[in-house]
Amino acid sequence: MQSSAALEYDYSVAKLYMWTMVIFGIVGMSIGVLIASQLAFPELNYLFGEYGTFSRLRPLHTNVVIYGFTVSGIMMSFYYSAPRVLKVSLGELPFFKFLAKFGFVIYLIAATFMVISELMGITASKEYAQMEWPLDVAIVVYWVIWGVVMFGLIGARREKALYISLWYYIACFLGVAMLYLFNNMEVPTYFFSGGLGHWYHSVSMYAGTNDALVQWWWGHNAVAFVFTVPIIAIIYYFLPKESGQAVYSYKLSLLSFWGLMFVYLWAGGHHLLWSTVPDWMQTMGSVFSVVLILPSWGSAINMLLTMKGEWNQLTENPLIKFMVLASTFYMLSTLEGPIQAVKSVNAIAHFTDWIPGHVHDGVLGWVAFMIFAAAMHAAPRVFKREIYSKSLLEAQFWIQTTGVVLYFTSMWIAGITQGMMWRAVDEYGNLMYSFIDTVSVLHPYYTIRAIGGLLYLTGMFMFAYNFVMTATAGRKLEQEPQFRSPMA
Amino acid sequence: MFHWLEKNPFLFSVGVFIVIAFAGLVEILPSFANAARPIKGLKPYTVLELAGKEVYKKDNCIACHSQLIRPFKAETDRYGQYSLSGEYAYDRPFLWGSKRTGPDLHRVGNYRTPDWHANHMWDPKSVVPASIMPAYKHQFKNIADLETAYAEAVTVKKVFNTPYGDEIQPSKAAFEKYYKEKALPEAMKIAKAMKNKDVLEQVKQGKIPEIVALIAYLERLK
Repeated sequence: MQSSAALEYDYSVAKLYMWTMVIFGIVGMSIGVLIASQLAFPELNYLFGEYGTFSRLRPLHTNVVIYGFTVSGIMMSFYYSAPRVLKVSLGELPFFKFLAKFGFVIYLIAATFMVISELMGITASKEYAQMEWPLDVAIVVYWVIWGVVMFGLIGARREKALYISLWYYIACFLGVAMLYLFNNMEVPTYFFSGGLGHWYHSVSMYAGTNDALVQWWWGHNAVAFVFTVPIIAIIYYFLPKESGQAVYSYKLSLLSFWGLMFVYLWAGGHHLLWSTVPDWMQTMGSVFSVVLILPSWGSAINMLLTMKGEWNQLTENPLIKFMVLASTFYMLSTLEGPIQAVKSVNAIAHFTDWIPGHVHDGVLGWVAFMIFAAAMHAAPRVFKREIYSKSLLEAQFWIQTTGVVLYFTSMWIAGITQGMMWRAVDEYGNLMYSFIDTVSVLHPYYTIRAIGGLLYLTGMFMFAYNFVMTATAGRKLEQEPQFRSPMA
Repeated sequence: MFHWLEKNPFLFSVGVFIVIAFAGLVEILPSFANAARPIKGLKPYTVLELAGKEVYKKDNCIACHSQLIRPFKAETDRYGQYSLSGEYAYDRPFLWGSKRTGPDLHRVGNYRTPDWHANHMWDPKSVVPASIMPAYKHQFKNIADLETAYAEAVTVKKVFNTPYGDEIQPSKAAFEKYYKEKALPEAMKIAKAMKNKDVLEQVKQGKIPEIVALIAYLERLK
């Protein structure tokens, strides 16, 4: 068995995803700030004619940040860390390296057409699964390629036991594959109608309530297997590496992993409370959502305790700040979710801004923070240069944290206010507010949210600048840093 | 205790897959056939309505409007009878939505008129002064894609046995016949009720703007 120090890792694929992560991050978050501002200032809907309305841009925002920014961040982390924990370089396996690069090309093409088709309004209209069937096919091919490369690397590994991060990457691969396939079962109309209409149009295999069930089985678990599982894979590698601390408890990681795998899928029903799906399924969704706190907090606590005795690093190292706050936001978000999944709370929260609020404390505070930290930890190793600016990283941290806090607090208030106003009745039992009253009252909160988003976007730009400068102008390093990333 | 499993990637993956697939099997499958059944008297969407549903999807009304009335008094007072599973039997995809920035639309056909919709889509503030909804003026210009909607009707008839009549056939000629004899007169009715001269003029020339199809769909939501 070779020692890792003797092995020169090939980062060519990780680098590609680093750049797409930065670009999609800027694009996706800019659209996010624009649509948040449109809700506060509707005149902004008319900047790009038909293509610039809130409704057209909203799925573009979600898809670019999920499939662009987040997936790039995950792949960057995978291609950086998986070879290192398996002790095999992608450069040793030319075939798999070619496949990985080929996969990247498909990814780029699919992402480009995703953006174009969504601007044009070509959509299957299921949330986070808007892409029409030709793009679905491309994505399936892409995903299979990733799986082949992953198992190729695993097959050639020198380290026999799979590290915890790998468990989560494997689960991400399998989970997304299963869910994506079943949710996107659709019939292309062109081929069944003797060549009528647009060739890319399709109709869902499932109708009505069934379609809703399958969609939210996917919708919820897209959150599970894109926003949670691979991000846990990232933190299990990057936090111990950056801090130089061993993972606190193997048993806790085991419990959290298998617990999360088993429980997560049941919870999808909480998106359909009080709808027309059978009551027992709603109750299952509710109950399992609450149980989900255990494995979620298990991982988060395991990460926080990893820092035991080394909390001084929190003040000294901005990357540790990002990762510790990310675990904390993960705890907040996984407590908030189950609360919203309680049927009586859901009656107020569902359909309101509390839901996007909840999503964003998770994605901004947890997912994106972890991706930023992973990229900045990897940068000195990949580019063999010091991180360009520590103070910029510190400033980014505080600006973005302020942004997230403004975002979710304003949306909590907005959501609960609107939920309560919808159901408010006067002394005779008549509804107290017309619908538009419950919209007008939200203006200040929408404004605060847009400001929060703008702060976060500012941080994204600071990160992009810092990252580009690190890659091109950081002070050269003679030797790979072992733990703490060097920064100027 | 699980160390042996972590050294065997294949068994590990199989284990993970079984654990995650389990919930889907138990939760989704049992009521599948039941939930697919339509309520009595439910008719499939006409081709014009389907084209309108495509406009609804294209301009992504679902981003702000739900189509699901929950069984609370506050909701039934505001929107009407709560939604029933069988009402959605022909909805591919379902369009319940997950966010109400605007009001629910599941029974909007009961309390709005084509003219109201036309004014609302042209300039929302003209009917709801405090509205934050953008105007959708392009729907008055763009022509609705009835051929694709027709293709959808043919497909669901063939694949899912959706009860369409003999006028839905997989051929260009059948489509053109349907367009002239069924879709245009249906569109004309809507256009006349809209009181918009340009739109009426277009329909008279045999073209159906998106707004007409969309209103046909919204009128159907009852």
